[in-house]
Amino acid sequence: MKEVKIAPIKNGTVIDHIKPGMALKVMEMLRIDGDARHGVSIAMYANSKKLGLKDIVKVEELELEPDVVNRLAVLTPNATISIIRELKVVEKYMVQLPQVVEGIARCENLNCISNQKEPIISKLIRTSADPPRYRCFYCGRDQENVQNNII
Amino acid sequence: MTLKGRDIINIGDLELDEIELILDISKEMLPVARGEKRSRTLDGKVLASLFFEASTRTRLSFETAMHRLGGNVITITGQEGSSLIKGETLADTIRMADAYSDIIALRHPREGAARMSATFSSAPVINGGDGAGQHPTQTLLDLFTIREELGDIGKQNVTIVGDLRYGRTVHSLSLALGRMGATMTFVAPDMIQMPDHIISDLKGMGAKVKRTTDLKAEIPASDVIYMTRIQKERFAEEEEYRKVAGAYKLQVRMLDDAKKHMMIMHPLPRVDEIHPEIDSTRHAKYFAQAFNGVPVRMALLKLILEGE
Ligand SMILES: [Zn+2]
Repeated sequence: MKEVKIAPIKNGTVIDHIKPGMALKVMEMLRIDGDARHGVSIAMYANSKKLGLKDIVKVEELELEPDVVNRLAVLTPNATISIIRELKVVEKYMVQLPQVVEGIARCENLNCISNQKEPIISKLIRTSADPPRYRCFYCGRDQENVQNNII
Repeated sequence: MTLKGRDIINIGDLELDEIELILDISKEMLPVARGEKRSRTLDGKVLASLFFEASTRTRLSFETAMHRLGGNVITITGQEGSSLIKGETLADTIRMADAYSDIIALRHPREGAARMSATFSSAPVINGGDGAGQHPTQTLLDLFTIREELGDIGKQNVTIVGDLRYGRTVHSLSLALGRMGATMTFVAPDMIQMPDHIISDLKGMGAKVKRTTDLKAEIPASDVIYMTRIQKERFAEEEEYRKVAGAYKLQVRMLDDAKKHMMIMHPLPRVDEIHPEIDSTRHAKYFAQAFNGVPVRMALLKLILEGE
């Protein structure tokens, strides 16, 4: 695969080192639709020295907040976030697994009350950081694979 | 320490000294539970007993507990519960019950139903069993029964038999016993043995535990034998089920080498894990255990509504 280049952005957020193939899921999770103001560019299956392959998402004119992007850690734990102002990286960090994951992944227990027609959203509580483990707030089930159950 | 206003969802939410307090108050409740003394402790209070699936023993013991303390009961059971499940969300039913009552006892087929209900209710919620999930009042009455019969729970060797893999109530019981320092032996065929994560949690708290398939060999060393039902649905073939279940039944002749004080427990209802001939032996404590559901639930109702 040849190197993919996407144009640098002047102001905004770059989400790099996304697990290959996950870029669209990332957009969905961040509820970024892209419009005239917030232009979005995506590279999928780009070559990376670190990961082999990776996806990249660049969002223009929007500085995403840590508590928003940290939700991505559930999906792609090695993603890095760069905040760009006037073509300069002013802030760069790795996403961090949130302590509480609400409304992002459904509980894998089909008999859980959070998977029924009730006015609640799924809520998973982190029980371990490395390896990342989550437990359902409602039914107490330890989740085998949160990434498989992203809503 | 106070339990006033607390939800009781999962036995793990209770500190050890809180469990001890509940057991102490349960003991004080015995004469009232037996009808030897009268109490008006909860005069004017209302328990909403919401049973969305049948569990006669649990429901009756909650309701008896409230009546014995001079309180009142409003109830949803059986057919009414199942049509409510189809008609409206549990959240809405809970909002209604919260408005009508001071405390809610809930039994529901979905796991996590009690935890969710607690978030919608200002009245405290006691979990009376949610699906294959938690059943903390069962654990409390099990602990109370052992303490009443044998004294210090931490000194006992408890043998737990049957479906140990899927039965979350035996997981809660084991974790509570482990916290109290008891020694445990898990007897089951490999496919339904106690899961590794429970064993490692137990070892993490310093509990002495082992797993085995041989029930008979464990009887002489046991202080308590806790029997549970092996569910047919766990097995692909009827034949396999019968073979397995047959090996985990207690018969009178197996008890010859048992300690004199050894007690047999069962959460009931039983199928045929315990032969009826055992009922009349000194070892049979499962009916006393079922009765203990009343004083233990009385203690909870009192502690949650009135404090100490
Ligand atoms: Zn759940």
